[in-house]
Amino acid sequence: MPRLSASDRCSVRFLLNGRSVAAEAEPRMLLTDFLRHSLGLTGTHVGCEHGVCGACTVQIDGKPARACLTLAVQVDGANVRTVEDLAPEPGRLSVLQEAFRRHHALQCGFCTAGILMSLDAYLKTNPEPSEPALREYLSGHLCRCTGYVPIIAAALDAAKRLREATAHA
Amino acid sequence: MSVQAQAWTGRSIERVEDAALLTGRGRYIDDLGVATGTLHAAILRSPHAHAKIKAVRTEAAAALPGVTAVITGADVVGLTTSLPVGVRAPIKCWPIAVDSARYVGEPVAVVVARDRYRAEDALDLIEVDYQLLPAVVDPHDALDAGAQRLYESLSSNVASDRRFRYGDPQAAFAEAAHRIGIDVHYPRNSCTPLETYGIIASYDPGEDAYDILSGFQGPFSIHSVIARALKVPGNRLRLRTPPDSGGSFGIKQGVFPYLVLMGVAARVAGRPVKWIEDRLEHLTGSVSATNRVTRLEAAVDRDGRVRALAWDQIEDVGAHIRAPEPATLYRMHGNLTGAYDIRHMSVRNRVVVTNKTPTGLNRGFGGPQVYYALERLMQRIALELKLDPIDVIRRNLVPANAFPYRTASGALLDSGNYQQALEAALRDGDLAGLQARRDAARREGRLYGIGFAAVVEPSVSNMGYITTALTPEERAKAGPKNGAQATATISLDPLGTVSAHIASVPQGQGHRTVLAQVIADELGLKPSDIVVVAEMDTARDGWSIASGNYSSRFAAAVCGAAQLAAARLKSKLARIAAAQLNVGAEEIEFADGKVRARRNPDNAAPFGRLAATSHWAPATQPSDVDQAIRETAFWTPPELTAPTEADEINSSLCHGFIFDMCGLEIDRVTGAVRIDKYVTMHDCGRVLHPGMVAGQITGGFAHALGAALYEEYAYAPDGSFLAGTFADYLVPTSMEVPAPLILHIETPSPFTPLGAKGVGEGNCMSTPVCLANAVADALGIADIGLPLTPAKLAAATQNAEPPPPARTAAAMPAGKRRALHGAGEARVAAPPKAVWNALLDTRILASIIPGCHDVEQVSATHFRADVTLGVGPVKGRYRAEVKLEDLVSPRSATLIGSAVGALGSAVGKGSVRLAGDAAGTTIISYDYDAEIGGKAAAVGGRLLDGAARIVIRQFFEALARRVAGISKPAWRLWLERLLAQLGRRP
Ligand code: FES
Ligand code: FES
Repeated sequence: MPRLSASDRCSVRFLLNGRSVAAEAEPRMLLTDFLRHSLGLTGTHVGCEHGVCGACTVQIDGKPARACLTLAVQVDGANVRTVEDLAPEPGRLSVLQEAFRRHHALQCGFCTAGILMSLDAYLKTNPEPSEPALREYLSGHLCRCTGYVPIIAAALDAAKRLREATAHA
Repeated sequence: MSVQAQAWTGRSIERVEDAALLTGRGRYIDDLGVATGTLHAAILRSPHAHAKIKAVRTEAAAALPGVTAVITGADVVGLTTSLPVGVRAPIKCWPIAVDSARYVGEPVAVVVARDRYRAEDALDLIEVDYQLLPAVVDPHDALDAGAQRLYESLSSNVASDRRFRYGDPQAAFAEAAHRIGIDVHYPRNSCTPLETYGIIASYDPGEDAYDILSGFQGPFSIHSVIARALKVPGNRLRLRTPPDSGGSFGIKQGVFPYLVLMGVAARVAGRPVKWIEDRLEHLTGSVSATNRVTRLEAAVDRDGRVRALAWDQIEDVGAHIRAPEPATLYRMHGNLTGAYDIRHMSVRNRVVVTNKTPTGLNRGFGGPQVYYALERLMQRIALELKLDPIDVIRRNLVPANAFPYRTASGALLDSGNYQQALEAALRDGDLAGLQARRDAARREGRLYGIGFAAVVEPSVSNMGYITTALTPEERAKAGPKNGAQATATISLDPLGTVSAHIASVPQGQGHRTVLAQVIADELGLKPSDIVVVAEMDTARDGWSIASGNYSSRFAAAVCGAAQLAAARLKSKLARIAAAQLNVGAEEIEFADGKVRARRNPDNAAPFGRLAATSHWAPATQPSDVDQAIRETAFWTPPELTAPTEADEINSSLCHGFIFDMCGLEIDRVTGAVRIDKYVTMHDCGRVLHPGMVAGQITGGFAHALGAALYEEYAYAPDGSFLAGTFADYLVPTSMEVPAPLILHIETPSPFTPLGAKGVGEGNCMSTPVCLANAVADALGIADIGLPLTPAKLAAATQNAEPPPPARTAAAMPAGKRRALHGAGEARVAAPPKAVWNALLDTRILASIIPGCHDVEQVSATHFRADVTLGVGPVKGRYRAEVKLEDLVSPRSATLIGSAVGALGSAVGKGSVRLAGDAAGTTIISYDYDAEIGGKAAAVGGRLLDGAARIVIRQFFEALARRVAGISKPAWRLWLERLLAQLGRRP
């Protein structure tokens, strides 16, 4: 393994929300800091920096991942998706985002990006989730404002609408 | 004040805040751009709960490339004055340790550097000499005459001791049939918003002025505190807040000492400075709710009627009395009798300092501590007198026809019908059904309990209640403090559209949406027509000391002020319209975006055109209208007066009512609590936005559930903090929070413009004790303390656990101090002698100890090393000392070591045994016992154990690689040198 020092620069090339990005990062830079401060995508939040709260969740190659436990250099060659990519176009919200707004599933919104990224991935493979399954799945996210009840309601509602949309399509 | 036709207010419209927050376009403090040249700060914190600081050596840190400044206590003392303290006591309160560190996590130095990574590198290079002092952790111990004092200037650890008497409690106790009491140790916890503290500070030497942007949530009385500390006039301290906040729940009031600290950092560095707190810092050193020891007694008639209460409260505010403390203790002073009609009361309030994090605002603020005692007591009364707990509550509630009701200690309960709320909750929450479930469960031998709690939820704090901590004489000297100025500004621009500016500093509660509803109703517009600007700027906005987001004042006070401002603007616009439409001003109405004559709606003007008049054609205004462009309304309720000579205080303007009831089951084997059903009945006056009210209740309930069942800011007896990560401080997840059944009745407050009362904090007051009452009912025990963890409850449901095996027990230090034990084996492909020699070679050690920078040999058997180790999120540099004893070459040795770093300390002992086999391989077996203190202790056992195992494994793997790779002649050389050093001949 090569020995890296803090002052080294590594080039990182990856797909970010569908666009290719080439940038440099120190070997020790966290993906959260890289996304937020080097690349300016501040929608991904940092709540704990130790992998418990889930606020930093992004999708790496389609799977939810903790950006605070990932080094920037690790996403070299990967496909990364963040909350900024969820809405179909500026001024419109996705079905899941709409459901969150309708159900008041956010207050301060600090946990929301991570929860949306997890749910977006989950509902793709689990179009008909039960409430207990959703509760268990979301237990990797902390929200201090809502008490989770409206988040679960929004997720169930979004799943239903997404199913209906697929049925009509 | 007349309330207009309510088209929008009262409806759960979608929030204007949400589109940005859902798409990653929120603007939280760490998302905002900063001025070019802005530097980043990191804070070195004390690993010790109590220590004198003998020296802080910062040269190496300052010399690190990229570091601009290192600030210590001495710099802060030179540029500021002590933060004022809320009681009359000769103590100082600095935002950084000066001479002494008094809690784990107290700032000791600040590094300002090019980026945060560099700043943290530099922290590792600061050396601090501490002289340890005994730590005072328990508030009871703090009272001891012989206890270690925190402040030499204070004769004891008691910073305030006040006694109060209302009515004739002595006579009531003498006459009463029963005297029933309860003791409570309420623990520490915090609502821990998901976003931590953040600050961007700058200083302009030309104007001697500070400009500080932060998530500070108010109250802005603290502006005066900060300005005084920074030694500038009020108009040279500009406090601003970012557009969005990642939650606060009171906690972001506690950022204010850091505003002073970062102000100084920016001044010393000569550049703007940004600081974002990390989670470990937040949990360890930001702020906590108070822990409190309470003895509460009641004088009770045979039928359960309570005649008098006697409170004895010992409030633990931690290491400093930070403004506005001891407010937690006095916030509930007016309503210490809760929802009950009790005319006689005595109170003794003591405030003690201990070696723990200073306390401050936290959702519920004082309510959880008070109601835990009061409502546990009500249950005890029912049990001891063999009465139905509901009957005891019923018998004591304030009568419905008594409002507004003046309590014994001076609160004016504005409105309510507690009986109606209680009966509706029992009916709609189906108490009979719950009881049937309890009976059925108990028949099957399961542990099922039902709990109740009746609570008065105060909101809109009187800025004067804090002075109840002072004696009437001290108050007279200081001058009266009272009121709760709320403010809002509404402006019309030249296109006739409406903007509002508020000083309520929302922290996720959707203030902008609700205000748009209120203003839209007043002006006959749609909420989407109104833009509400909620970020605050003390240099530009209307504000006062009560401004901010606390004591659930938004709906009751801020919305009222906004309505008042809108009404004023409207009355001016009506006069302008009257002139234009040729009708009397009283004939004008505002509806559907138009201003029109009531009896002839066709005689109308679009709102926008009329609203632009003052900009474009002021000469056409009637002479009695000065301008219709901008109105700022201030509103303070006359009911909020200063404490009286007799210490009566109307501590809050509004008093909502909550009745909670729950059924829960305790697992006999695990001790885990499963909530079967939770019912919460609220009367919060008029509901302005049902969806948000439900959100406040559910969110508060989740906080309360965490406080009741899981969360504790736990400390070891030596003051080490034990809950430094979200893996140690367990907040509830979606698996733990059930949906409560929320019920409402509405008795509008007669004292607020819209009839609304606060609703955000009530469940933090009612739910912990409701759950505890249910647990007490399930287990049939009287003495239960929070948090109701499975371990605690399992102890009550099962026989005591068998003692741990003898060896571990001996190694395990007393109390909750973190201890590490481990043992293992490693194989090295070299004979024992080679391994032995490598272990005693400083150069080899330096290359194989994980994270080692340097090994220095003090004597033949004494080594000193500098190492950087990471444990979970806690990475830090340690200075380790290792002494070897019982050397039996090449077979065994005992290692006695200690490590001290900014992150904590460890002392331990280990033994290493080497055994060779015929194949020339050495089997190394080792074991160790260590005690951990300081920051490292805060990250928790599971991380520490894992980290220790990994580090030791890495060490032996490196050893194996290294020794196996050494050619014989080379280690013969080392061997000779080594033995020479040991004073022996080969
Ligand atoms: S910030 Fe990554 S899990 Fe909390
Ligand atoms: S909405 Fe604030 S933490 Fe979830």
